[in-house]
Parts: sequence; structure tokens; C-alpha cells
Amino acid sequence: MAKITLSNLRHSYMPNPSGPDDYALKSIDLDWEDGGAYALLGPSGCGKSTLLNIISGLLVPSEGRILFDGRDVTDLPPDQRNIAQVFQFPVIYDTMTVRDNLAFPLRNRGVDEGRIAGRVAEIAAMLDVEAMLDVRAAHLSPDNKQKISMGRGLVRDDVNVVMFDEPLTVIDPHLKWKLRSKLKELHQRVRATMIYVTHDQTEALTFADQVVVMQDGEVVQIGTPVELFERPQHTFVGHFIGSPGMNILPASEDGGRIVFEGQTVPVEGAVTGTGGMTQLGIRPEFVTLADTGLPARVRKVSDVGRHAVVETVVGDTPVKAVVDHAEVEQGAEVHLAFRQDQTRLYRDGWLSTEASQ
Amino acid sequence: MSIELIDATKTVRGITHIKPTSLTLETGHFNVLLGQTGAGKTSLIKLMAGLDPLASGQIIMDGQDVSRLSTQKRNISLVHQFFVNYPHMTVFDNIASPLRVAGMAKSEIEGRVQEAADILQLAPMLARRPQELSGGQQQRCALARAIAKESRAVFLDEPLANLDYKLREELREQLPELFAGRGAVVVYATSEPEEALLLGGRTALMDDGVVTQFGRTAEIYRKPATLTAARVFSDPPINAAEITKTGTQARLATGVTWEVTGAAAGLADGVYTMAIRPHHVTPVQTDTQSVALNGVVQVTELSGSESSAHFQMGDDGWVSLAHGVHPYEVGEDHAFYMDPSKAFYFAPDGSLVA
Repeated sequence: MAKITLSNLRHSYMPNPSGPDDYALKSIDLDWEDGGAYALLGPSGCGKSTLLNIISGLLVPSEGRILFDGRDVTDLPPDQRNIAQVFQFPVIYDTMTVRDNLAFPLRNRGVDEGRIAGRVAEIAAMLDVEAMLDVRAAHLSPDNKQKISMGRGLVRDDVNVVMFDEPLTVIDPHLKWKLRSKLKELHQRVRATMIYVTHDQTEALTFADQVVVMQDGEVVQIGTPVELFERPQHTFVGHFIGSPGMNILPASEDGGRIVFEGQTVPVEGAVTGTGGMTQLGIRPEFVTLADTGLPARVRKVSDVGRHAVVETVVGDTPVKAVVDHAEVEQGAEVHLAFRQDQTRLYRDGWLSTEASQ
Repeated sequence: MSIELIDATKTVRGITHIKPTSLTLETGHFNVLLGQTGAGKTSLIKLMAGLDPLASGQIIMDGQDVSRLSTQKRNISLVHQFFVNYPHMTVFDNIASPLRVAGMAKSEIEGRVQEAADILQLAPMLARRPQELSGGQQQRCALARAIAKESRAVFLDEPLANLDYKLREELREQLPELFAGRGAVVVYATSEPEEALLLGGRTALMDDGVVTQFGRTAEIYRKPATLTAARVFSDPPINAAEITKTGTQARLATGVTWEVTGAAAGLADGVYTMAIRPHHVTPVQTDTQSVALNGVVQVTELSGSESSAHFQMGDDGWVSLAHGVHPYEVGEDHAFYMDPSKAFYFAPDGSLVA
């Protein structure tokens, strides 16, 4: 296993890129520590597949270097990088048994049969597929096929990194949580460097110790799941993580005050920086319906069972609140209270307040 | 508008896909078909759409028996999980195609396509071809075609399943507004309980080829008629365990006991299945009435603003779901607290008794 360093990476699919918008990856400097569980999280088109292809060697970056344990592999083809990959769709041989499928990556590299048998047994036990070792892969359900595909990715213990590219796409929603947590457990057992690429926050936050959030070819935050939820460094992280995401509200600065829809809103701590476009960020969980505060009108109440999502409008701006019980109806005039230590200011998208003491 | 199924069934090569099903779906709200993969949601939609023949029974649309009418003659729209557009046509022509087939005047076609494109924010892309669009835009194109057509019924078969979840969130919010006031009966199939709750309207729970319960979405969620219905309408899975009731006391096999209150107190002594939703089992004690469940944490998950823990207690697996981020260690002993007043009680035959 190896530490992976991405140094000054930039990539454009155009022959002569002129501005930042021509780059699919704008500027990436990242260290993936040996043995870490990482997720690369972002919407379609954010550059995460480009980054994955650069690490695996399918793509040579326009600029910058990739190092495995300090060794420059930028110009090495995929087969010389010694990595394992698990894809969206199961990659297995239908005519082979599960046992032979799991053994294949080892046989391919001339590992002796005794060691292969041991390693296959170990992986099969971790994945709970011992009972199906002699079944032909063609007879497996889609989720079991993908399990075997994962097993093939994990069976070699000499790879630099195991990469998962949206591995749960084809899995039935009711089975996803089992595989999500299985992967987490597997990482804790094998302690390989793993990179998990997904657009799904639950998959990313469940699997990874560190989540790298990407938007428009840039890394906007690297943090633990707790950090991403509790203190988004960028409005995009606030919006993308959490359902519903953070309320991002247009605000202005007036002296030391932050003004939203004509009302002063106290923020968590001292404001940093000046100028730029200012916005308030507060998660719906920290907005409550109160007797006083910002006057708002209720647009819609969605009862989600365990809580209710109240969609309101303050002036012309939609603001959502997540409450335990909604005792209001559509059209009602209400007041909103923002929890101060959870109300942050963002400047041009970036966090611009200090945490409360 | 309405669609009425009367003892409708479907068999394929002797195998029953839909058991006798009677159901009336109306306009004015979403009609959600909720069930796991294989429950029969798509089969039922295909029957209503006329894509598959009935084995027996009838389908009535707006008082007219359409049981033997072809799909074309039923005037319906269908949007699938996979984005189905004509690759060689522009977005405009894709949206216009059913209108042209219907022989509508050119000027009216233009007006309708423009309106649908405006609603779905596709106006700047009308001249492009589907493959030049993102997945979300492609699915919006398919939805625009359904809206422009002004059909009597619109069937949406897991239309958001292949989209990024943020996009899913946005479209899910917009969908009820898109179809509001259009007069069509909207039928929406999903396997996700949360989606059904967010869409509201009415929900038909499906299991093993039959509708097991139908009514207002929130009411069904609060009063599942059977243990199976409770299971279908819960994600993460609802906690269920056998209890023995003696007097006012309920006892789990592990020895945990509590005082039963409300309607449950009136039940005859005996063995029942108790079921409680994961969010009523929390990692911190919130009131003194709660019952402590001591388990071993097996699996933990984080979904942005909520964390769940799967834990083992005796022979049973349990799930807890709570707001915020709770740091659990897999393998640790952890106390969870259940609010027994939120439990459902089911008789041995699976029917709700309290």
C-alpha cells in the first residue's frame, strides 16, 4: 500500500486551454495517506472521474505529477501502477465459479495455488460468500455479483490503492446499506489505501474517514464527515451535504451588521475578510418556528414521518426549516429564529466567520 | 379523471405477476405505488398503460372500459427510470413527437412545447440532441414530453432513480407542482419510503404482486395495517421483535420489559410482534419513560444530517436513527432508548391490533 501524492495537477480535454473554464481539473494538490479510507464526493461533471482516471493511469494530466510513495508514476501505464479497481457494473466471468473469479487476479500474477486458496478463503469469509464459492457467477443475483467484483478488487494484498467507482449503482436500494457498511468493515480489516468515488453523500460519509468534496474541477473541502456537516467551508458543501441542504441566503454587510431581507441577523462569531458576494448559511435543522424573529410565510409543509420540512418564504427568499412536528399549515404567517452559533457568513462561497467561543 | 382497476390480474406464461387488484386512482394528487423491487409496481403500471394484457378483471378510465384498448388509444404518458428519448431528434422534436403523432396543428405544437420547456428549464436547449444533455436534463426532456402531451394519465416509473441525489431532491420538489392542475391522473412508482412521504398524496403499498393498503400517504405511514406494510414503509428497516404481554407488562425475549399504555393495554394476554421505527430508538435518553436497550453496535451509517446504528441485542438486529452526528464504535456496547408509546403491536397473523 502506498501514500499517493497529487502535485499541482491540472487537466484539460482541450488541446489549447486558455482560461480556467477550459480545465476539467483546475488545480489539485492532495495527499492520500497510506491505509486511509477516502471518498471523492461531487455531482456529475465535477471532475471526480477525471481525477480517478489520472490516478489509475488511463489519463495523463495536462500538468502536474502523481507520486506513489514518493515515486513519480505520472507517465506509467495503468498495468504498471499496481492498483485495483471496482467499477459501477460487476466485472466478473459468468462462466467461472465464484472461487475462480476471486482467484483470477492472483493466478494472473503467478501466485502459487496454496497462497491463492488461503487468500480466497479469507476474502470469501469477509464478504460472507463462502456458501457460494462453487456456484457459477452467472447464477448470482446482481448484488452478489457486485460483491464478488469487490472481492476481486480486494484479493491482492500488494496493490498500491483500491479504487471504487460508484460501486453501488446497480444495487437494489434495500440492499445498499449492507454493502455500504460491508465496505467500511473491509477497510478496517485490510487497511489498504482506498478511494471511493460517488455522488451519494451517504455512501461517502459512511465509508470514508476523510471526504474530498469536489465542484467544477476544484476541491472545495477535505474533512471528516462531522466537519463537513457541522462547519461547511464552502456554500457548495453546505448545499450538497444534508437533505435538505443548508439554506444559502443573500445577505449584505452594513457596518458590522449582517442584513438579510431588511433584518439584522446575528452570526456565529467575528466576520473575516471584506467585499465580494456575501451570503448567510444555516442548516434547516437550526431554523425554528418562533413567536418573534424573521417574518415568513409557509409555502409548503412536507411530513416526512420522523420530522417535517417546512418551506417558507422570507420576502422573496425561500428558507427551509426541519422541525419535529409541524403545527402550521400552508399560507400561515410565522416567524423564524436562526440558532446563532450555527449561522455563518460566506464570502464568494467561502466561509467568512470565526466559530463562536 | 380517474383510473379504476377491478379485480385486475396479470399472468405471464402461467406465473401470476399481479394478483386480483382493485384500486381507484384519482386526479388532484400524486398516487404513489410503494414497494420493494419485484413487488409488482412496474407490472401494474404496464397493465394500466396497456403495454401488457389483463389476464382477468377490468380497467376503467373516466368511466370508459379501456381493458382491451391499445396503449395509443388510452392517451397516456409514461416516463421510465432510464431516460428514453429519440437520439436522432432535437429536444424540441422529442417533446413535440407525441403531439405530431396526434395530428395537432403546428402553431399549437410550438406553444405547448415552449410551455413545457419553460416549466422544466429546457428552453435554452431545445435545438440540442439528447446525448448533448446531462442525465438530469435528459430526464427533464422525457418529463416535458409527458407534460406537453396533456394525457389522461401519466405514469412515472421510478423516474428519479438514476439521477444524482441532489438533482433527485430538486426534481422531487418540483414534480407535484408540475402536474398540479393539469387534470391527469399521476401514478408514481418508487421503492423509497421517504420519496412517498415527500410526494404526499395517496400511497398504495405493494408486496408480492398485490396492493396491500391504499390511502393518504401520511395516514398509511402512521397506521400500517400489517407488519408487512410497516416493513415496506420504513427505511431504514423497522425494528420488529416478538413480545409476551402479561397484564400491563410487555416483555422481550431478552428480558427487557415495559408498561404498555393506550390501546395496547387493552389487548388480551399473549404473544405479539412489536414494531418500532428506527427514529424512536435513540442513542441518548430523551425522557424518563424510555426503555433502555443494551446492544452491540454492528454497523454505523451517516447520511449528511442523520446517523444510524445497527445493533445486535440477543438474537435480534435493531436499528437506531438520530439527528446529527453520533460517533459510534463498531463492536462497542451501547445503550439505546426506545419510546414504547410509539410502538405498533401486531397479532400473530400480522394484522395491526394496537
